[in-house]
Order: sequence, then C-alpha cells, then structure tokens
Amino acid sequence: MTTAVAATGRKPATMSQALNRALRDAMADDPAVHVLGEDVGTLGGVFRITDGLAKEFGEDRCTDTPLAEAGILGTAVGMAMYGLRPVVEMQFDAFAYPALEQLISHVSRMRNRTRGALPMPITVRIPYGGGIGGVEHHSDSSEALYMATPGLHVVTPATVADAYGLLRASIASDDPVIFLEPKRLYWAKADWEPDRPEEVPGVGTAVVRRRGTSATLITYGPSLPVCLEAAEAATAEGWDLEVVDLRSLVPLDEETVCASVRRTGRAVVVHEATGFGGPGGELAARITERCFHHLEAPVLRVTGFDIPYPPPMLEKHHLPGVDRVLDAVARLQWEADWTSSGTAPGSAAGTVPGTPGGVR
Amino acid sequence: MTVLEQPGAYRPTPPPAWQPRTDPMPLLPDAEPYRLLGTPAADTLDPELLRLLHGHLVRGRRYNTQATALTRQGRLAVYPSSTGQEACEVAAALALEDRDWLFPSYRDTLAAVTRGLDPVQALTLLRGDWHTGYDPHEHRVAPLATPLATQLPHAVGLAHAARLKGDDVVALAMVGDGGTSEGDFHEALNFAAVWRAPVVFLVQNNGFAISVPLSKQTAAPSLAHKAVGYGMPGRLVDGNDAPAVLDVLTEAVRRARSGGGPTLVEAVTYRLDAHTNADDATRYRSDAEVAAWRAHDPVELVERELVRRDLADGDGLAAVRETAERMAADLRERMNEDPELDPMELFDHVYARRTARLREQAELLRAELAAAGAADGSGRGTGEGTDR
Ligand SMILES: Cc1ncc(C[n+]2csc(CCOP(=O)(O)OP(=O)(O)O)c2C)c(N)n1
Ligand SMILES: [Mg+2]
Repeated sequence: MTTAVAATGRKPATMSQALNRALRDAMADDPAVHVLGEDVGTLGGVFRITDGLAKEFGEDRCTDTPLAEAGILGTAVGMAMYGLRPVVEMQFDAFAYPALEQLISHVSRMRNRTRGALPMPITVRIPYGGGIGGVEHHSDSSEALYMATPGLHVVTPATVADAYGLLRASIASDDPVIFLEPKRLYWAKADWEPDRPEEVPGVGTAVVRRRGTSATLITYGPSLPVCLEAAEAATAEGWDLEVVDLRSLVPLDEETVCASVRRTGRAVVVHEATGFGGPGGELAARITERCFHHLEAPVLRVTGFDIPYPPPMLEKHHLPGVDRVLDAVARLQWEADWTSSGTAPGSAAGTVPGTPGGVR
Repeated sequence: MTVLEQPGAYRPTPPPAWQPRTDPMPLLPDAEPYRLLGTPAADTLDPELLRLLHGHLVRGRRYNTQATALTRQGRLAVYPSSTGQEACEVAAALALEDRDWLFPSYRDTLAAVTRGLDPVQALTLLRGDWHTGYDPHEHRVAPLATPLATQLPHAVGLAHAARLKGDDVVALAMVGDGGTSEGDFHEALNFAAVWRAPVVFLVQNNGFAISVPLSKQTAAPSLAHKAVGYGMPGRLVDGNDAPAVLDVLTEAVRRARSGGGPTLVEAVTYRLDAHTNADDATRYRSDAEVAAWRAHDPVELVERELVRRDLADGDGLAAVRETAERMAADLRERMNEDPELDPMELFDHVYARRTARLREQAELLRAELAAAGAADGSGRGTGEGTDR
C-alpha cells in the first residue's frame, strides 16, 4: 500500500502472512529463536501468525505453553538468561496483563539491574486495538503502559512490509521489544515480495507516508489507514496533509516528527488508545517543546475516548474515524477561520504564510 | 418396559476423555520433617561432611550478625537476615555443582556467598549503590529477587533452556512460605512439571511472611503437599538440620539432572531475627516461641553433633570461629568504605544503546553535576570522561 513501484514478482500478501514469514525466517536464521505462547503450536495461534512453525521447527522451538501469561514471560526471562532469544505471543492485548509484573519488574530492567550482564532479547508479540467486533477484553490499546516502562522498546507496524521488517528487527534486538500487532490490519493486503523482503526498518525510525504542506497527522498502527484516507478527503477542502507513521513509540523518532511539523506548522496526533495519559500527550508536549516557534496552532489529539473499550456494537463511536480527524484539522486555527468567519477553512489561504498550501 | 430397559438404551459410562494421570502416592511428602541429627542415621554421617557444614554454618551466622550490625551503623539500607535459617542457605549452595544456577530471594545472600560470591558484591542491592553487584554468569547466581516468587519462573525457563541445549544444568530456586501464595509460584511449578524441567524449588518455611503466620497463608496440609497437585514430588525436611537439608536437596538435584523432573522441598525453619532491621517482631510473636526455636539452632545442632561424635575439640572449634571472625572483619572494613558512585551510569544500561531522550537527560544531569562541582569547589561529580 505504501511501497513505491510494484516490482515484478510482487504479489498481494497479508500482514499476517508477513508476520508468519518473519518468524519463520528468524527461526531459520538463528537456532536461539524460540516461540512460545498459548495455542501457538498445533493450531498456529488464534490469528495463525505462528502457522506451521511447530511443524517445521519442532515443538521445542514453537511451544504450546500452559495457560499462564506470567509463566510464559517469566520462563522466557530464564531462557534469555541462558542465551536464547524468546518470541512470546500474548493471545490478545488484555490477556497480556497477567504478565505485567514480569514485564515491568524483570524484563524491562534486567539489563539495567545487572549493568548489562543479563540483556533481555525478548520479543513480546501482542495483537492489539479494536475495530474487529471483538467482545470485552479483545480490543485494548495499552501502548501507554508499555511506553511508560523504561527499558522496553515499543513498536507497531502499519504496513505489510513493515510487519516483516519490524518483526525481524525486534527479534534481532538485544533489548526487549513490545511488538504490537494491529489486529484490524492482519488481513490488509499489499503487494509484497516475500522472497525479497523489504529493507528492514530499524526499531526507532518513523516514516513519512504522505507528503503534504498544510498540517501533519502523526499516527501509527491501526490509525494509519484512517489518516491516509482523511488526507485524501482533505484535499477537497484545500488541505494538503502530511502523514507520519511513527512505527516505533519507544524510541520515538522525534527528528522525523519535528522536521515535519516545522514544515507544516500544525499537527494532529491520532490514535485509538485513550487520550488521557496517552501517547498523544507525550507527542504534543514534545512538539511544543521542540517546535514552538513553528506552530500556528496548538497540537491537537484525536484519540479513543477516556472510557473502557466499548462493546462491539458501539465501538465505531469510539474509534477515531476520518470525520473526527478532519474536524480536528479544521480546528487548527487557520487564519481564514478567525479573520473572516464566513470563509471555509483553508480556502483563501495560499497567500498567508503557514496556512494551507503555504510552504514553510 | 422403561426407556433404560430397552435394548441399546443409553447407559452412562465414565467420561470418555478421562484417563488416570499420575499415581499421587509416591509424590506425597513424609508425615513429619525428615531429620538426620538426633536419629540413629546421624552416626553414619561422614565426619568431613559435618566439619564442612559446620564451617559454613559458623561463617554464615557470623555473616548474618555482621550484616545486621552494618545495617545498624547505616552501612546497609536494609538487611533481611537469615539468622536461624543458615542450614537452608548453606545446603542450597552446597547441593549444586559449579555449572548449576542458584535463584535467590532478597533473604538469600548467604546462599550466594556460600556459593562463592564476594559478600560485598552480594550485599550491593542492600547497600544501595546498585541493584545487583555481581555478574550473574560468574557464579551462576541470578540477581536477588525482591518481588515475591517472580524468580521461580526464571529458574524454570533457564533450566528448560539448558535442557534444550543439551546441558545437564540444574536450577535451584529459593522462596519463602509467604511467596508460595503468589501466582508466580503456581505458574512456575506448573511449567516445571509440564516441561519436566530440571529445577529444585526450595521453600524456606520460616513461619512468617513479615508478620503473617503460615496459618493465614494456606490451608494445605503442608507446603510440600502442594507439589502433588502439580505432579511432582514434595519433600518435607527439618530446615535446621543441615545434613538432612543437604541430603534432600542433593537427591532432588540428582533427580532433576537425570531427567526426573522438578521437586518441591519444604524446609521447616524459623527466622530468629525480625523480618528486617526495620521490623518489630514482638508485635506478632512471643518470646517463648522464639526461645523454643533458639534451642533448635542450626549452627548449634551441628556443633553439638561434632562434639558428641568427638570430631572436634576446643582448638578446632576456635579455629573455625577465627576464620569466621576474619571474614567478618574483612567485610566490615570493606563495607565501611564509601562505594564509588557514578551518577552518569544511571543512563548506561537502560538499553543496549542510549536513546536520544536518554542522551538529552544525561546531558542535563552532567550539567547539574558540573555546576554542583564548581559550586562546592570539589570538582567531584562532573561526570567527566563518562561520555557513553
Ligand atoms: C509481590 C510482592 N508483594 C509484597 C512484597 C513485600 N514483602 C517483602 S518480604 C514479604 C514477606 C515474604 O514472606 P516469605 O515469602 O515467607 O519470605 P521471608 O521474608 O519470610 O523469607 C513481603 C510481603 C514483595 N516483596 N513482593
Ligand atoms: Mg517466611
């Protein structure tokens, strides 16, 4: 969906296939890579991300564990201490919570506690986010919890190619990585050549998915397609929106974010996670600290409401959609808005620096 | 004719999927704690073994009193003493081979020291100059775990990994009676049994979790009985009888190493000191109870056995005490030196490489330190040469 030229040999692949392929390639390349989780063996995982791995590599490499998330992550710590590179699957976002103590008290700080003697090269894969009609406890976006835990990397792909590349990079990382898989995008297809995978994006690099000049939408994971769609719709209003896909929440690629915001002068952060104490607040603060004199308007946030994730029949009201994103863009204090109230946002703009179409 | 009398009628049978799994009888612990001292078997104990245990126990006791004294002098932030539990601490270390791993809790620095760790390094967490003062690979001692029972799944994972790699390595994990109520205890034992991981779980039942007695912790017949539910053997041992604890642990280690799977050992002992120096034990237990346990002191039990069997005279015992005193003096001296602190190190080990954010924060601290150093003229704490 985002790669430039469709080279010959490329064919449609889903994100879940790319993730599966990444696991398979990582296991083939490095015998230290072990997959463990609930139903990851015979079944291939409830989302089939580990499909075929137990068969190909044996049950010692891809292991159905007892149902105990703290036990899974806790034993992964011991395995990492002994030189293995565990890749842990949490079945769903909300079912990772029993493992939080192991995650926070050990995985995240073992390297620090031991002055580097015991690094934790553990990847924790967590399907996250809503929009799939899941009943309670199947749609959480808890990235803020992980972001607030020093010692963890937190990444989330939004494209098929990134799913492959980021998972390979995460498994190769000597630090623990929370790998958030936007389950709503598992079946999203893109042209991708599995036999010649994309350049592996490093953990900690954002990417500009759409060039624009009026304002920057900053997003990640399941909200990227929303933002790209909003950006297309915005052209009708005369806005040319730039879209930044963070890909990595920790470390945060502030340079890419700030370069974009300095160009456009306006920013909206979009994510599904609840707004209060969420990633958007951190981004807004950082942008304000670093780009204050380039800003034409306060940084706005379009996020999930500050409510427990809603039941499936109501989730469409909760999830940030194209309209809500466009409404936020409209509130970015376009001069036209507050100098002449009758003018449509963005219309008579081009002449005023910092307004839609203006190049900064 | 009723429905059931008709030919081919539905007849309830046992559930089709049900199969007997494991015979629980061999897994059950003894009715009473296993002992050697004070039994006829004591006469067969190897004199060298008794002398070895005695030396470790005397040094262990001295280590505990010294660390407690250092805490009173403000040299340690806190010390959870293992006074009264030295038999368990010493036996845990001696039951292992060099290549094995020990997973201690905050109370188990003595086990780590007995395994060969420098006491100053073992006490780093409790002094407070870093969280772990040693490289865990050096003596195969995992970091001291403070969140209760969380070290147990680590031991299982490590032992499992070792077995997958074809190494005959055993992990011995230590936990308290209170810790057995934690979820991680359950998960670790279950994983270990399902994976047949070469792990030995040593529960030191010292009667209390801070103030809370075992009766409020569990309704199980004994903690060792919990093993049966996981399909592993449970062993109950007198935790103050050092040869008995060592015997039980050695057998459990042998069993684990030979592919027999994990064992849960409950050692019945008593914490003679308060939970830590910050605790007031008189609020929850009687002097009479403590006195009864003092009469069952693990160090004295072995010492009396040496004397009873005429294996040590006054000179021999004095020599052992002399070694312990030297160890304590050395510890005292080294702990009385202020540790070297490098505040800039705070940013060094969070990740393999500092993030941009951490580089920024490190600069902030460096500037603060430089300003402070300039202000007091000491030049200290400038963070010079620590550009990592
Ligand atoms: C998860 C967790 N909860 C609470 C504590 C606080 N705490 C420290 S020691 C302790 C008592 C533990 O008792 P026990 O397991 O019997 O070990 P002991 O101290 O007697 O050796 C408690 C409650 C902790 N360290 N970790
Ligand atoms: Mg206790």
